[in-house]
Amino acid sequence: MPKKSITIALAGNPNSGKSTIFNNLTGTRQKVGNWPGVTVEKKEGHLKTNGYDLAVVDLPGTYSLTAYSIEEIVARNFILDEKPDVVVGIIDASNLERNLYLATQLRELDTKVIFVLNMADCARERGIKIDADKLRELLDVPVIFTVGNRNQGTSELLKTIISTAEAEIDLPRTRRVYYGKDIEKAINELSEFIREKTSAGLPYHIRWIAIKLLENDKIVKERVLEYTNPYGEAILQEAELKREHLREFFDEEPEIVMTDHRYGFIAGIMKEVEKTVSKQRVDVSRQIDQVLTNRLLGLPIFVFFIWAMFQLTFSLGAYPMDWIDAGVGWLGVGADRILPEGLFADLIVNGIIAGVGSVAIFLPNILILFFCIALFEDTGYMARAAFLMDKVMHLIGLHGKSFIPMLMGFGCNVPAIMATRTLESEKDRILTILINPMMSCAARLPVYILLAGAFFGAKAGNAIFSIYALGIVLAISVGRLFRSTLLRGKVAPFVMELPPYRVPMFKGLLIHMWDRSKIFLKKIGGVILIGSVIIWFLSAFPKHVQFSRNYESEIANISVHYDASIAAAQGDLVEKLVSERDEAISALEVLRAREKVERSYIGRLGKVLSPVFAPIGMDWRGSVAVLTGFVAKEIVVSTMGVLYAVGAEEDEKSDALKVALRKSNMTPLSAYAMMAFVLIYVPCLATVAVIRRETNSWKWAVFSITYSTILAWLVAFLIYQGGKVVGLA
Amino acid sequence: MDLSELKEGQTATVARVGGDGPFRRRLLEMGFLRGTDIYVEKYAPLRDPIELILKGYHVSLRMDEAARIQVENVRDSR
Ligand SMILES: Nc1nc2c(ncn2[C@@H]2O[C@H](COP(=O)(O)OP(=O)(O)OP(=O)(O)O)[C@@H](O)[C@H]2O)c(=O)[nH]1
Ligand SMILES: [Mg+2]
Repeated sequence: MPKKSITIALAGNPNSGKSTIFNNLTGTRQKVGNWPGVTVEKKEGHLKTNGYDLAVVDLPGTYSLTAYSIEEIVARNFILDEKPDVVVGIIDASNLERNLYLATQLRELDTKVIFVLNMADCARERGIKIDADKLRELLDVPVIFTVGNRNQGTSELLKTIISTAEAEIDLPRTRRVYYGKDIEKAINELSEFIREKTSAGLPYHIRWIAIKLLENDKIVKERVLEYTNPYGEAILQEAELKREHLREFFDEEPEIVMTDHRYGFIAGIMKEVEKTVSKQRVDVSRQIDQVLTNRLLGLPIFVFFIWAMFQLTFSLGAYPMDWIDAGVGWLGVGADRILPEGLFADLIVNGIIAGVGSVAIFLPNILILFFCIALFEDTGYMARAAFLMDKVMHLIGLHGKSFIPMLMGFGCNVPAIMATRTLESEKDRILTILINPMMSCAARLPVYILLAGAFFGAKAGNAIFSIYALGIVLAISVGRLFRSTLLRGKVAPFVMELPPYRVPMFKGLLIHMWDRSKIFLKKIGGVILIGSVIIWFLSAFPKHVQFSRNYESEIANISVHYDASIAAAQGDLVEKLVSERDEAISALEVLRAREKVERSYIGRLGKVLSPVFAPIGMDWRGSVAVLTGFVAKEIVVSTMGVLYAVGAEEDEKSDALKVALRKSNMTPLSAYAMMAFVLIYVPCLATVAVIRRETNSWKWAVFSITYSTILAWLVAFLIYQGGKVVGLA
Repeated sequence: MDLSELKEGQTATVARVGGDGPFRRRLLEMGFLRGTDIYVEKYAPLRDPIELILKGYHVSLRMDEAARIQVENVRDSR
C-alpha cells in the first residue's frame, strides 16, 4: 500500500506548548521552556502511523498573522507559502480569549484547521470550564483537549489529524468574522474587483486577500503583485482607495477597526463556551512573583540566584571533578607503566590523556551550570529576569527581552545568539549579538576553574565570579558605546508576556542537561582530541634539537662524580648521596625537556607570539594556548595540559596541571589577567559562524573578532600592568 | 488619564490606544482594546516596566508605552 504523506503545521501563541506537542507527536526533543520565544526556527519531524507519513512542523510562536520579528515571519510564511495540509492551532486553554485571536485568523485562511486546547490542566486548576462541543459547533472545526507536558491527548490528536486530512470539508466556512457593514462592503467590492482582474492562479482565497489588503498587509501585497501581474498595481490602488475611504469614515486605521471586530467575534464565542465555575482561591504563581519581582527584593534575589548558580557550579562540581581528576591521573600513570617507552607512549600520556583529560574533568561543572540555566528556563524565571533587568538594559538602549539571550549566554553563546531573533528591531538584534560573547559561556569555565584553582586557593570562587561580573560590566559599557556610535536608534517598544511559574518536569531538566552535555562530550571526543594531538605533535617535533647546553655530558659528569663518592661512603651516607644524585639528574632532565619544547615547532611559534603577550603577563605557553582557543575555548586548557605535561613529575599526574602552573613563572596577577583575556577575546569558531549567519554579513563577524581581541588585550594589559604598579605582582 | 499614572492594585478601562503603526497594532492584537479592563499588578524595582493583567494573563509593558494608553474609570480593586 503506498504511503500517504501529510504535512502538518503546529501554530499558536508563544508559550502555548507547540514544541511540547511536537515532541509528543514525533518523539523528538525540541527545546521546550516556559517563556515566550523559545523556538525561533521551524523544525520538521516525522512519524509513521497507520500507513500515513506525517511531516510535522513546529513553528515559532506568534500572536497574530501580522508578523513583526524574524521568527514570527518564519511562522507566518510557512503557513502561507508552504500550504500545510492541516494547520493545528495550539491554544493555551487557560488563556483562551487572547489565543483565539490567532486561531480565528488561522481559520480565516480557509485551510483545514484543528484547535487543540492545550494546558487543559491549568484551565481546570483556575476553575475555567470550556465547552469544547460548543466551540466545535460554533467554529466548525475539530476541537480537542491536551495536556502537553503529561503527554495526554496525543493519540486523539493524531486520530483527528488524519481524519481531518482525509475529510472533505466545506470551505469556505459559513460562520466567519463579520467586520461590520462598511468593511464588509469594502471586502466584497474589493473581492469582486480582484475576481474581475484575474481568473485563476491566486495563491489564497479571494476574500482573505481582500481582507489582508484592507489591512495593508505587506507580504500579501507583495504576493498579489507577484501573482496578478499585470493587474497587481491596479488591485493595490483599489485597495488603497478603499482604505482611504474607511479611514475617513472611522477616523481610524482600518486594520485597527478590523482587529476590534475580530475580538468582538471572539467575545461572542467566549460567552458561549467558557465559564468560570470557581474562583481560584490562591494563585500560587502570583504569590511567588510578589516576592521574586518585589520592588525591594526583586533585584537582590536575582543577583543572589546568579551568584548561587555559580557557587553551585564550583563547589558542588568540585567533588566529582576531583574523582574524575584522580581517574585521569591514574590512567596517565597506568598508561605510562604499561606502554613501552617511546613516541607512542608520549602521545598517549602527554598528548591525549593530558590534553583531553584536562578538559574532561570539567564535565560535572558544566552539567550543573546547564541544569541551573534549564531551571531558569523551565520555571518561568527567565521572563522575570527580563522584566527585572529591563531598566538596566535601557542603559544600553536595549530592552528587557535582550536580556534573555544574555542570560542564555552563560550556557553557550550559539543558541543565545539565535535567541535574539525574537527582537523586533534589527539594530537591537545586532547590538545584542555583538555584546553576547561577553557573557561568559560554559566553555570558558574550565579555564577559570583551572587558573583560579591554581592561584587563588579558597578565594577561587570569588575570583571567578568577578570575571563574570567583569563580562557583564563590559557588555554594558561596550553596548552603550556601540549604541551611541555604530548602531544609533530609538529604543524599540517592549511588550512581553509573563507566563505563570510552572513546576519543571524533572525529566525535562535532565533531558536539557544531557543534550548540552552531549555537545560537550562530542567536543571532547572531536575537536579537543584532535587539537591535543596536534599540539602534542608540534611540541614533540622536531625530534632532534640543538640544546643550549650539553645535558648528556652534564648528567654523565654528575653520575661519575657521585658514583665515586658513593663507592667511598658508608652507612646512611650512601642513601643520602644516592638520592642527591637522582635529584640532580632529574632536575637536569626536566630542564632538558623544557628546553626541548621551547625549541619545538610550537615553542618557536610561542616565541614569535610572546612579544605580543608579554605585556599582559603571558609566557609563550599561555600565548599558544590562547591562540588555539579560538577553535573552542576549552582548548586553552587542553593545550596548557599538553604543554605543561612535559616535564611534570611522575607521581604528580593528578592535579598535575595546577602544580605545574604554580611552578611556572605565572603569578596570581598574571593568571587573573589571562582569565580576563580569555573572557573577552575572540569568540570561538562556532560563535563567529553563528554571528555571521544571524547578521547575514561577514562584516559583523569580523568586527566582533577584532573589537573583542583588542579589548581583551587592553583590559588584560590594564589588569597586569596596573596590578604591578599597585604592587600586586 | 494614562495607564502609566495608575498605582499598583488599581483597575482601569482602556479608552484609547495611541502610538504609531505596528506597535499599536501589536498591542491591540494582544488584547489592549477599548473597553478592556486592565489591572496594574506591580511596578518593577526601578519603577519600569510595569506588570499588567488583562484578559486573564500577565504582560509587562514599558512606562513609555504605557503612557500611550488612555484609560478611564479608574478604580481601586485590591
Ligand atoms: N501545565 C502545563 N504545562 C505545559 C503544557 N504544555 C506545555 N507546558 C509547558 O509550557 C511551557 C511552554 O511549552 P513550549 O512547548 O516550549 O511552548 P511553545 O509553544 O513551543 O513556545 P515558543 O516556542 O516559545 O513559542 C513549558 O514549560 C512546558 O513544559 C500543559 O498542557 N500543561
Ligand atoms: Mg516552541
